[in-house]
Amino acid sequence: MSNINWSRQVFDELKRLDVRQVGYVPDAGHKELIRLCVADAQMQAVSLTTEEEGIALVAGAWLGGQRGVLLLQSSGVGNCINMLSLQHETRIPLLMIVTMRGEWGEFNPWQVAMGKSTEEVLEASGVYVYRADSAEEVTPSVVAGLSFAYNTGRSVAVLIGQRVIGTKNFNK
Amino acid sequence: MSTQRVLESELNRRSVVARILRDRGEALVITSLGNPTFDVAAAGDVPQNFYLWGAMGGAVMVGLGVALAQPDKRVIVFVGDGEMMMGLGSLATVAVHGAKNLSIVVIDNEHYAETGMQPAHAGRGVNIDRVAQAVGFSQACMVREAQQLEGAIETIHGGEGPVLTVFKVTTEPVPTALPPRDGPYLRSRFREALLGSEAHR
Repeated sequence: MSNINWSRQVFDELKRLDVRQVGYVPDAGHKELIRLCVADAQMQAVSLTTEEEGIALVAGAWLGGQRGVLLLQSSGVGNCINMLSLQHETRIPLLMIVTMRGEWGEFNPWQVAMGKSTEEVLEASGVYVYRADSAEEVTPSVVAGLSFAYNTGRSVAVLIGQRVIGTKNFNK
Repeated sequence: MSTQRVLESELNRRSVVARILRDRGEALVITSLGNPTFDVAAAGDVPQNFYLWGAMGGAVMVGLGVALAQPDKRVIVFVGDGEMMMGLGSLATVAVHGAKNLSIVVIDNEHYAETGMQPAHAGRGVNIDRVAQAVGFSQACMVREAQQLEGAIETIHGGEGPVLTVFKVTTEPVPTALPPRDGPYLRSRFREALLGSEAHR
């Protein structure tokens, strides 16, 4: 794995691009980014009971004049499908940063279903999908995705490949 | 098996919503799909209303996003009891993040009126105000009688949030009142009313 600290880079860019609300569900891949957002006094990090809450939260943030992003895992994308109709129908901007499971060297077979279908499900729901399969690609993809979303009023998901995150070790 | 009760209420949903909104001042209003949207529209369609025509279960979280972004404005979310059951988790999220300026008004007729009056959980023993209390709301109560109305409305507009108020209402039919449903129009007029020219940057 690369030594690039993409979590720190992404956090710095979210700050620079004036993201003020960050919805998240607990996720090992996003652990460092979540920690940075929670610790930041200018950001409101909102822990969610389920991912679709974050779709609605980020829409509300923008209605109220703030930018938001949603941090989630591929397994949670399926929970969001109907809620994505909110952005689809109103053209409210949305950026989701999705860490992938169920692909590169996965141990847990129950992660495979959403790992396989995440990209197609998002595209079928009207979301523009950017993929980052190396640590170098993560930050530029987030910056481009956020700019596209907020400049054009579209929904974007940046998928961070499991190859970047590393395969979860269940035999610790 | 059935724990269905006869709805004990004298309140008319349109009158309750209109009475709450009479005192809205600068408040921002979010509505859930179906009758709560029509109730709020019937009381006066203004740019500070954002109606959800779908995205069921999301109205409270839209309200939280607005409330966090606009801490100096009161944000009132009008939802049906069916919508609230679909988004129960969002009550916990709201309580944990403690938006002091957020009020949730549940218009509870104990039925899914929009889809053929199927009985809903709220009429079968589920008390949404008690759910709100259990997850940590500052203030949560149920209103069944006209004499309770004034005190409850004062709390909705000025009480320290998050506030949740359940209004038990009758199922008597109300006239149709359909507001605009074009999404980009609704979002842009809401933002322009709130942010002025900044809305278009």
